[in-house]
Amino acid sequence: MAPSAPQEPGLSAVPSYEEEQSQARFDALIDRDARVEPRDWMPEPYRKTLTRQVSQHAHSEIIGMQPEANWITRAPSLKRKSILMAKVQDEAGHGLYLYSAAETLGTSRDELNDQLLTGRAKYSSIFNYPARSWADMGAIGWLVDGAAIANQVPLCRASYGPYGRAMVRICKEESFHQRQGFEILLALSRGTEAQKKMAQDAINRFYEPSLMMFGPPDDQSPNSQQSMAWNIKRFSNDELRQRFVGMIAEQVKVLGMTLPDPELHYDEVKKQWIHKDLNWDEFMNVIKGNGPANSQRLERRREAHREGAWVREAATAYAAKQAQSEVA
Amino acid sequence: MKHEELDAALDSFGDALASATRVTPGNALRPEDIAVDGVAPSDEVAQYALTLGDDSLILAQRLAHWISRAPELEEDVALGNIALDILGHARSFLTYAGLAWDKSEDDLAYWREEEEFTSLWIVEQPNGHFGVTIMRQLIVSIFQHLLYQKLVSSADETLAAIAAKAVKEVDYHRDHAIQWTIRLGQGTEESAEKMRHALDILWPYVDEMFRDEAVHQRLEGIAVLPSTLRDAWQEEITAVLTDAGLQIPSTGQAMVYGRRGEHSEHLGYVLAEMQVLARKHPGASW
Amino acid sequence: MSQQNNWPLWEVFVRSSRGLSHVHAGSLHAPDAQMAVRNARDLYTRRNEGVSLWVVKSSDIISSDPDEKDSFFESPQGKDYRHATYYKASEGVKHL
Ligand SMILES: [Fe+2]
Ligand SMILES: [Fe+2]
Repeated sequence: MAPSAPQEPGLSAVPSYEEEQSQARFDALIDRDARVEPRDWMPEPYRKTLTRQVSQHAHSEIIGMQPEANWITRAPSLKRKSILMAKVQDEAGHGLYLYSAAETLGTSRDELNDQLLTGRAKYSSIFNYPARSWADMGAIGWLVDGAAIANQVPLCRASYGPYGRAMVRICKEESFHQRQGFEILLALSRGTEAQKKMAQDAINRFYEPSLMMFGPPDDQSPNSQQSMAWNIKRFSNDELRQRFVGMIAEQVKVLGMTLPDPELHYDEVKKQWIHKDLNWDEFMNVIKGNGPANSQRLERRREAHREGAWVREAATAYAAKQAQSEVA
Repeated sequence: MKHEELDAALDSFGDALASATRVTPGNALRPEDIAVDGVAPSDEVAQYALTLGDDSLILAQRLAHWISRAPELEEDVALGNIALDILGHARSFLTYAGLAWDKSEDDLAYWREEEEFTSLWIVEQPNGHFGVTIMRQLIVSIFQHLLYQKLVSSADETLAAIAAKAVKEVDYHRDHAIQWTIRLGQGTEESAEKMRHALDILWPYVDEMFRDEAVHQRLEGIAVLPSTLRDAWQEEITAVLTDAGLQIPSTGQAMVYGRRGEHSEHLGYVLAEMQVLARKHPGASW
Repeated sequence: MSQQNNWPLWEVFVRSSRGLSHVHAGSLHAPDAQMAVRNARDLYTRRNEGVSLWVVKSSDIISSDPDEKDSFFESPQGKDYRHATYYKASEGVKHL
């Protein structure tokens, strides 16, 4: 590390010798592409960035349960009902793995949950669209879980140990999510006219939002550079989006359906996929809270929290009584 | 991570990860196996299997509603596991029953009318608050545990095989309900009050579980006579309620006959929701 | 808005099959030990991942101080004679 500049009034204190040592140790870990573990010293901005990213990710898993939970009771066959139930339940598990990782950074789940319920925390904006038809269960599995997987596979190597480990566990479980979604669409694509129409309609609605799951274009994503430098992120938003759109462009042919993007093509010169311009205004608007289902999604979480309060209290009270009687 | 590594990881995502884990589906009896390898039961045995399947189907449908609404995320996962187990039992029993009539599990679940369902009133009861759901689980899972324990020795091999898997799973459901009943019964004044209320509203549907119907009597050695489970059930639930600081309420017993197709007002709504999509697309496959 | 009435944090260790050690899998919240072990079963063994579970209250775990890393783990460094590979003279002798 460079020697510290002379202190100017109003600026933060000069890092102490210990801090510089710690910073050097941290930098060395990152340089070696080694993992940072919870009790290691880490720079505050690193901790903050990770806490935000991991908790947003956790919130997304939890809020993301809702559009699919909406169809469990109406699933059109008992086999699909089982699969969907298992899938939604997995997402709850993913949320828990991630909260568990976030907590190792020093923020309690209670606090993280509070951030979500009071609207201070963000989550993936795609879940603020309603799941209107059964085909949405297919499109969500194929496109939304698919985009999530493309994002998450590199995160298995994130520099923060607990985050990377949570991602490994999640990725293992995700392997069936995308496939079950694709197979829902495949069944519909081989079905009646009404089923085909339902499938195409769902693909049309989820295509663009799923591409936006990778985040804003690289030139508008100010924090990405730093995250890459810290080995949290391994690929840029646009790089991952490219790869994803290339994969689904092939997969959609198996379905005999189309992607709602007449401009989509592979540019042989640039060696990359070109897709239409995405509606980032709408994206920002949904992030701000104005998506069709923002209000409903948050209220469901608040309601569950509120209605569950007496249960959590009772269990706490029981545990306290038990502890007391053991002492006595 | 290099670009090529990412490509490779994404290319083989499903396969590579599936085989790279120690995760296995296990080798338990599945509804698919029954559909393929099962020997068709007699009409009488099928009627009996249908009653067991209907109880499980309606209960699973009820429990499924909790996912994303539980008091704590860990409980979302727990209730999800229980609902999945019970749905699995329903599918096995219905698949087996259907073999007698050349019908699939889905034909039976989605295309029968309310009066053709044979479920008990207790499983049709609304979820209510968490305490009501737990009390319903306590009542039903102790019953099912005793039932499947006996069904394991049924002269009908398929019923015995389904019961052999189900009994282990229901044992866990029973434990889950017991743990919560004790915590809520002894937790706070509010939670104890809620549990007393849950007992009051559910207790009227206890007797129906133990009523012997003609179908049970005709299937000696194959079906379990519900009346033979009553004493053990009473003893077990009394012990749990005592541990929880609760008492069996003095409410009377409702004259209800779900097994004969006479259902609570709730069932119509449960079925409407469950069947709406399938019925909108007759003949479609999913 | 939430009252600080939260359940404690528990660390979960899973033995994936007989003959192997329990390995840390993650954490969860539960009101008490009995519920913690049940929640661990539901959360961490949904796909036959385990045959045995441990749960430990996170606050009960004592760990070495990472800042003392260098001094704490210095001693074994350089003691190559604790490893069989140190003994070159006996290389090639069978069953040794
Ligand atoms: Fe997930
Ligand atoms: Fe998923």
